Amino acid sequence: MPRLVSHPDEVKIVTRRFGMGAANIDRYIELGGYEAAKKCLEQGPDWIINEMKASNLRGRGGAGFPTGLKWSFVPKQSAKPKYVLVNGDESEPGTCKDHLIFLHDPHSVIEGTIIAGLAIGAKLGFIYLRGEYRYLLEIMEKAVADAYAKGFLGKNIFGSDTEFQVITQSGAGAYEVGEESALMESLEGKRGVPRIKPPFPAVVGLYGGPTVINNAETIATVPHVIAMGGASYAAVGSERNGGTRLFGISGHVERPGVYELPMGYNLKKMIYEVAGGVRGGRKLKAVVPGGSSTPVLLPEEIENLGMDFDQVGKAGSMLGSGGVVVIDDHTCIVEFALRTISFYQHESCGWCIPCREGTDWLKKSLTRFHAGFGIEKDIDTIRYIAENMLGRTFCPLGDAAAMPTLGFVKKFRKEFEDHLNGKPCPFAKHTEVAVV
Amino acid sequence: MADVTFTVDGKKLTAPAGTLLIDACRKAGIEIPAFCYYPGLSLQAACRMCVVRQEKVPKLQTACTTTVAEEQVFITESAEIAQARKATIELLLGNHPLDCPVCDAGGECELQDMTFKYGAGESLYAEAKRHREEQQWSPAVFYDRPRCILCYRCIRMCGEGMDVWALGVQNRGASAVIAPNGGDTLDCEQCGMCIDVCPVGALTSGSYRYKTRPWEMNHVSTVCTHCADGCKVSLGVRQSSDGSEIVRADNRDKSGINNDFLCAKGRFGFDFVESAERLSKPLIRNTDGKLEPTTWEHALRFAAGKLKGIRDTQGGAAIGVIGSNFTTNEENYLLQKFARTVLQTNNIDHERTADYASFARALAGNPSRAAGMRETLTFPAILLIGGNPTEEHPLLAWNLRTNVRLNRARLYVANDKKIKLERQAKAVLRLPANGYAALTDYLGGSDKVIPDASFREALLAEESLLVIFGQEYRGAAIEALVKWGCTRNNVRFALLGDYANSRGASDMGLLPDLLPGYVPVSQPGAFNVEYPGMPARGGKTLPEMLQAAMSGQLDALYIVGANPFAHAAVSPAALKSTFLIAQDIFLTETAALADVVFPAASLYEKTGTATNAFGDVQLVRKAADHAGVKPDFEILVRLAGAMGVDVKSLVPFGSGVTADFGQTRGAHSGEADRHAVWLAANGLEPKLSPFDPLAVLDEIERLIPTYKLDRMNLFAGNDVPVEPGFVPVSALAGTDVVTPAHNGLFTSGTMGHYSPGLKDLQRHQTSPMLTGTAAD
Amino acid sequence: MSNETMTIFSPKLAARFDALVQKYPARRSALVPMLLYAQDEIGYLSDAVIAEVAERIGITELDVRNVATYYSMLRFKPAGKYNVQVCTNISCMLRGAYDVFERFQDELGVGHKGVTPDGLFSLEEVECIGACCWAPAIQVNYDFHDELTPESVSGILAEYRGKAKAEGTVSHA
Ligand SMILES: Cc1cc2nc3c(=O)[nH]c(=O)nc-3n(C[C@H](O)[C@H](O)[C@H](O)COP(=O)(O)O)c2cc1C
Ligand code: SF4
Ligand code: FES
Repeated sequence: MPRLVSHPDEVKIVTRRFGMGAANIDRYIELGGYEAAKKCLEQGPDWIINEMKASNLRGRGGAGFPTGLKWSFVPKQSAKPKYVLVNGDESEPGTCKDHLIFLHDPHSVIEGTIIAGLAIGAKLGFIYLRGEYRYLLEIMEKAVADAYAKGFLGKNIFGSDTEFQVITQSGAGAYEVGEESALMESLEGKRGVPRIKPPFPAVVGLYGGPTVINNAETIATVPHVIAMGGASYAAVGSERNGGTRLFGISGHVERPGVYELPMGYNLKKMIYEVAGGVRGGRKLKAVVPGGSSTPVLLPEEIENLGMDFDQVGKAGSMLGSGGVVVIDDHTCIVEFALRTISFYQHESCGWCIPCREGTDWLKKSLTRFHAGFGIEKDIDTIRYIAENMLGRTFCPLGDAAAMPTLGFVKKFRKEFEDHLNGKPCPFAKHTEVAVV
Repeated sequence: MADVTFTVDGKKLTAPAGTLLIDACRKAGIEIPAFCYYPGLSLQAACRMCVVRQEKVPKLQTACTTTVAEEQVFITESAEIAQARKATIELLLGNHPLDCPVCDAGGECELQDMTFKYGAGESLYAEAKRHREEQQWSPAVFYDRPRCILCYRCIRMCGEGMDVWALGVQNRGASAVIAPNGGDTLDCEQCGMCIDVCPVGALTSGSYRYKTRPWEMNHVSTVCTHCADGCKVSLGVRQSSDGSEIVRADNRDKSGINNDFLCAKGRFGFDFVESAERLSKPLIRNTDGKLEPTTWEHALRFAAGKLKGIRDTQGGAAIGVIGSNFTTNEENYLLQKFARTVLQTNNIDHERTADYASFARALAGNPSRAAGMRETLTFPAILLIGGNPTEEHPLLAWNLRTNVRLNRARLYVANDKKIKLERQAKAVLRLPANGYAALTDYLGGSDKVIPDASFREALLAEESLLVIFGQEYRGAAIEALVKWGCTRNNVRFALLGDYANSRGASDMGLLPDLLPGYVPVSQPGAFNVEYPGMPARGGKTLPEMLQAAMSGQLDALYIVGANPFAHAAVSPAALKSTFLIAQDIFLTETAALADVVFPAASLYEKTGTATNAFGDVQLVRKAADHAGVKPDFEILVRLAGAMGVDVKSLVPFGSGVTADFGQTRGAHSGEADRHAVWLAANGLEPKLSPFDPLAVLDEIERLIPTYKLDRMNLFAGNDVPVEPGFVPVSALAGTDVVTPAHNGLFTSGTMGHYSPGLKDLQRHQTSPMLTGTAAD
Repeated sequence: MSNETMTIFSPKLAARFDALVQKYPARRSALVPMLLYAQDEIGYLSDAVIAEVAERIGITELDVRNVATYYSMLRFKPAGKYNVQVCTNISCMLRGAYDVFERFQDELGVGHKGVTPDGLFSLEEVECIGACCWAPAIQVNYDFHDELTPESVSGILAEYRGKAKAEGTVSHA
């Protein structure tokens, strides 16, 4: 069972009911659950979207797109049915926050889905969980069944004449399926290969109908936004970055865990105070601020870094999925880079040339390099390959592989050079990463 | 859609809004490289070769998915774009085996061409290459994964284009592979289209692989010799010890009526020409009753003497002639002229696979009601009655599918059996068994036999309609159907026959009662002057001739390129009083019964024209040579000569005399080709030899009013349409003697028996290993 | 397909599939979960499983294979009764996942994708399983075990051996 942590700096909005037995529907109701949905049912779509816009809630899936704006793109009239699709594929290395939401507060996801459905005029929502999350899927399934039993889902939700149904869905192991269009393909029973855009899902999505796709955390936040009022939610965060975020701090810290902190919270403080500092009193070497695809930051780059989409972007990285991976000074960056690229090589869907071939090439080069068979030219070649993948692939997975790679070679070139001439890696005990 | 104006590389271009940038550019002569884009198939945007820069857009955009709109500005060539393309190629070449020296596609490979253009000449790749053994999926198709660039053209061609869906992609990322439906075998129509669209050498052809290099072949574009659809096929021909040898057939140049299509027969069924069973010497039955080789001189003299003797003593009516569905129009024309004027008989017929005479008669006086093959690709609504084009008319089936898919044409199917094309149909009318006659009444408004009016209502709501029907209709039934259509505006017709030139055989007058152009023997008009000595009454039909021969009533029977005794168990004794001449490429069941056998050239070894089922006339070009054989045209001329005929009365050669003998030809081959076309079209090539079939083409055009050919187009290799003709008589001989061939995807009458390639495919497709039914 | 005599699935699973395909706007949406559930019961996606799933959904076997081979949890060969999946991705790696993986290799005597001779265990190195903050983590079938050290390995294996014994699974070593 994943351990819950807490810290005084936390502002508990989304995690408010964690550890309180809210997976039980009655308990959830007792804790104020489903009130937001009822309110939305009374207020109607325009009101909901306005609240969402006012909240400055930005998508928690990685790209940080304003949620209210996304919902407003869905055409009011549509010949085809509209859908809500909750992205619970959570597969970005360093990320495990949705995991806790499904475990501790499944009804918040259902309630958020209902509200999204009301906002865009959808009658059906899907909650897609990665295949590995079977026990969480079972929790979600039970929650959905309970919500049906209470009449919160079905033909006449909350006794109204509005219909809303929810279907839970299991994946079967594929990171790329987290990409929104690949997610729709997977849900339609196909290979998880992304779609050509435009058209965007808000116009042509699942089964050809307009579709809103949001991350599970985004959706779980929605009822709280409604309950607090958009403006008060916005006030918690930083400029243009409303509310809190579930930051998952992992790696070499004393107290790893998922912490709910206001947007814009200082990264250094997050590591040293909230997570208890670098484990064993070691020195900080680098931080991956938002999941494995975000470029690495050096200690000097995090001094005054507020963790929101805009500030981290300005610092040359990305807030991504909020998974902060802390790396101490006993870590081999080449090995870390190799493990990162191995992941993307394994997860590339293979559709487009630059990603399929680029990730494979990089993995092979880094494997050889880390094993001590590198030559000087390799460092430039690795950089060249990554630079030539960037911005050229069919979907952002290619970028997600290229960006961190570039970060490692640019910021740790010296460490790469130290691996040359058959010199043993100063840190790593494992010279080869098994072929996954 | 309305036209929009946009700028590409500083040039203002105009195209309908929504046109793909890549198409708009290509049309304007701006080449944008692409691996995955293939016109007419769904978009992939997977290869990233087509990247261009669009003003005000941060990332490079793929031209294959960008649609043009007003005032957009694009750059398609720049240092940045060249670098992006170069890098993509470098990435591809990383794992690529670079075995170009032994790769079939070498010299014809899009990856090679692009590497050459974007200069990824130096490899940065220092890793081990992925390896995977080559796989043989069927006798026709081999797959070499290391060469595959995963452009998905094959998958789309097989699925979207062919509606077979036998190919897929399995695994993901760098281990992704193209996979066939049978696990490691391919259960499909074996059309080989996947091989043609493969831009590299990943899919190779079982019959061609490792045979030669593309630049060592001559590429000759001619007409396929199998079914009546008349596909253009490019034959790859190489010098061989006994002349020249066809090593490949494909349609990569996309020329002709079939655009990018070719079926298994067209692609793999050419190998009968190299069969060891090919006749290469004339044969004469010796005193022991055995056929033995002889010289051409002897065989011709002997046969000519016999024919002359019989004609002079018994009269022409004692001789019968059976012509071919595979010989050219010129040969067919010459054969009937020979029969009528030299042998003085109207006993001439061919193995009819459709009743074109009745069709011509029904259309008489209704001009512009016949449809060409091209219209099957463009007509907005089509009624397909009977038949099963997927099996018997692969190009027609392809066109119908394409028309439905790309133009949203509405296909209506009326059939007494379920056919695969119903998958594309908007509506299907299931007829009672053999209920085709009732269909005409139904269309006319009767619900007696077929009580469901909705199909008719949908049809009648169409503003125009193309009606395609086949051998289910003959004689009066054709007349009734056409009559129904002619009462309505813009209804057109096509009648499906079965072999490469069966329509031509009919059009050229291989009929006992009709002269070329369906002119009745009884009212010969202009033929009166041209055909001295022609008997005034109609002759015997094919069954009547066979009957007469077997009952000793026919003194001579001359059979050209036909095998009427294929199924009849006839003993040589039954034919002992008939002098039988057979002229064929193989010692067929019929030829085996003959007294004299002339070894003939196949359609791939001669020049002339052929007319497909839809009345599209195309040029047949000589591609190969086979030692010992002669084209039927030449055999006929020599036979007539040996009978003492002035061959100039048969073949008007030596007329076009003002040729410039090529002095004005340009130095470059393209120009020379165009010049040759112009010369030929204008009759300037001197037809100095009586063996030049084109000398007869002039006469055909002169005497057959409907064969007014656009020669410039014809000689350029295009299809030119003809109308069926006019038959102002009430009764036609033998409208009941139609015997459809019902060839499938891998059968082609007698000829098919001599094609190892087709037999292999047939064996593969019926092997117990393949249990699935993916092909339908 | 409600013809139960034809099915290779248990009545419960067959019933689940019948319900599943009805649930979606398009039948095919059931494909991915169906493959996973079938694998849970049969152990892997045998040709027979693929054939039956294809038939139930109404698509070709090729189509099923195209999809099935895309997803990394789906397998085409049997795994052990308990499939041990060790995450070695970055967060786990930083906290000693390779040591844990090595210990599993030593204890089980098999490597990546190996199956023990008694068929009880199989071992796999997998990508991030969404337990980064509780690293290093593994999954045995669908059960998570987190905050591991090499020392916890033998205990985990003992737990599953005990489970197998309690269920009376015969070891066919
Ligand atoms: C390769 C790739 C993987 C992704 N994986 C996930 C994921 O696991 N979960 C998720 O919510 N979003 C993921 N995303 C982002 C989604 O495409 C999408 O932007 C997001 O679900 C939208 O939700 P949001 O607006 O609430 O952030 C991924 C994107 C890419 C390119
Ligand atoms: S970048 Fe290309 S290969 Fe990579 S996951 Fe996206 S589409 Fe697939
Ligand atoms: S042609 Fe545009 S990406 Fe391949």
